[in-house]
Amino acid sequence: MTMTQPKMRFGAMSAVAVLWLAGCASGVKLDNPAPVETRTPTGVGAGTGNAGAGAGAGESSVKTVDLGAGAALPAGVGRVVYFDFDSFVVRDEFRSVVESHAKFLGANRAKRILVEGHTDERGGREYNLALGQKRAEAVQKSLQLLGVTENQVEAVSFGEERPAATGSDEAAWAKNRRAELKDR
Amino acid sequence: MGGAAVAMPARAEFRVEISGIGATQLPITLVAFRDEGLGGANAVSAIVRADLERSGAFRFVDAPLALDETGQPPFADLRGRGSDALVAGSVSRLADGRFDVRYKLWDVVKGADQGGQSLAVPAADLRLAAHRIADAIYEKLTGEKGVFATRIAYVTKGNGRYTLRITDADGEGGQVPLTSPDPIISPAWSPDGRELAYVSFETRKAVIWVQDMASGTRRQVANYKGTNSAPAWSPDGRELAVTLSRDGGSQIFMMGRDGSNARRVSQGSAINTEATFAPDGKTLYFVSDRGGSPQIYKQAVAGGNAERVTFSGSYNISPDISPDGRTLAFVQRQGGGAFKVMTMDLASGTTQSVSDTSDDESPSFSPNGRFIIYATRAQGRELLMTTTLDGRIKTRLLTSGLDIREPVWGPFGR
Repeated sequence: MTMTQPKMRFGAMSAVAVLWLAGCASGVKLDNPAPVETRTPTGVGAGTGNAGAGAGAGESSVKTVDLGAGAALPAGVGRVVYFDFDSFVVRDEFRSVVESHAKFLGANRAKRILVEGHTDERGGREYNLALGQKRAEAVQKSLQLLGVTENQVEAVSFGEERPAATGSDEAAWAKNRRAELKDR
Repeated sequence: MGGAAVAMPARAEFRVEISGIGATQLPITLVAFRDEGLGGANAVSAIVRADLERSGAFRFVDAPLALDETGQPPFADLRGRGSDALVAGSVSRLADGRFDVRYKLWDVVKGADQGGQSLAVPAADLRLAAHRIADAIYEKLTGEKGVFATRIAYVTKGNGRYTLRITDADGEGGQVPLTSPDPIISPAWSPDGRELAYVSFETRKAVIWVQDMASGTRRQVANYKGTNSAPAWSPDGRELAVTLSRDGGSQIFMMGRDGSNARRVSQGSAINTEATFAPDGKTLYFVSDRGGSPQIYKQAVAGGNAERVTFSGSYNISPDISPDGRTLAFVQRQGGGAFKVMTMDLASGTTQSVSDTSDDESPSFSPNGRFIIYATRAQGRELLMTTTLDGRIKTRLLTSGLDIREPVWGPFGR
């Protein structure tokens, strides 16, 4: 209630204002669009604003750092590998996920990722942490076999602490036995 | 509606559930302490009574007496009521603002003075004084050290937060050393009761921290590549056993209490984790899946071959060793996917179930070895249970609206 009250009050005030404007004969004509000046920013993109203005950078020079430059994972590539119960084997159906990431990381050696291993909720938290680590390292190993370097990928585990699905049935558990490939 | 879901202060509350009463309950009379209202809501005699009741070792015999530690007890009348022991006392305010809490214990059968104490404490420690009196009475009458003045650490989850909490052993007097939006697991008390080691995921991965309780100062002791987890203190408090995946796989390492000089102690490529020390500090008990399923093994801290300890069942984890070194508590997966706290007599290998629940985790011995605290689930909620080693007397700790897990019983000192 406390969140919505100010909005309602603002809405009511606007309605009053519109009614008052509409009732005023010499008011601003709302259906005649006001002239809008269009400007195009210069200096960004091809060339710089200071090009040809003599040697050295101008006083307002700003250098762009683009963290996404040339290193976006192709659209449609999955980031999750699911595992069978009590298993650490990357199933065939997830080979293409691993291969796509390996190809991307191979082409972008400066890129680093985290592989997070997860388990379902059954069993002890510490033992599940070790099982999740085993899953993460299985994916890490598959990536490295495909040429990804050791310092590009860190395998970590969340055990049962970060379930993707809540619930205590096989449908939820199957969604939680997974490894996630995450940018860092 | 949304507005009502504000964060309520989590009030921990132990409920006594005695599921089997021994024939050995001692009949005792406890008189309200004179002027105990001076201490506000913390009526000393009520705290002492609740402590002794929760132990399951006493039966209370009421008597309409007005008496303090200086009085002359009506022994004949008390014997007629069937009482064997009497406790009376008083609370007074000292000139410096502290409280002087006094009590005396009598043997009613013999009509003999069994001694007493005077404890001068600030108002903040009135509960502690009451727990210490309960400990003294318990030890005098049962011959075992009491654990009423000890503390318990555990983690709650709710309202999008993970909170590391400490309470007195009766679930009251709660305090919060750490609260985080990210998971916290595996708290472990330093042997002097001043620090907690734990695993926090606040940096997007499992890292081991040690935090001083009084000052809140915290330091990372293991933040290697991969996962850092399962801290356990050596009995002398100078070293930690931890699980690191820095060299691939989960392996047990020893390191100084400041994280220095990490060296691997477990062998092979299987999972090795959840180390805990035997009280002599020379042996580690731990979990390994080297035989194809997780089982408990033991190995000398100095190195050498590991020896398998658990044999029945295909999943035995989370070892804790009793302070006398004779009993192993652990969690066993049983038929139908039930996880149960078990004990094993280490001399004979005989195991016993001590739990009535089926989703148990994280058993931890009380420092007198008489109780085990563990986490479990009931009606979809997480809660903590304590049990005697014979499984007969249980209490449970619930919190309003929060899940509660990862209990660990602190040492005698604090």
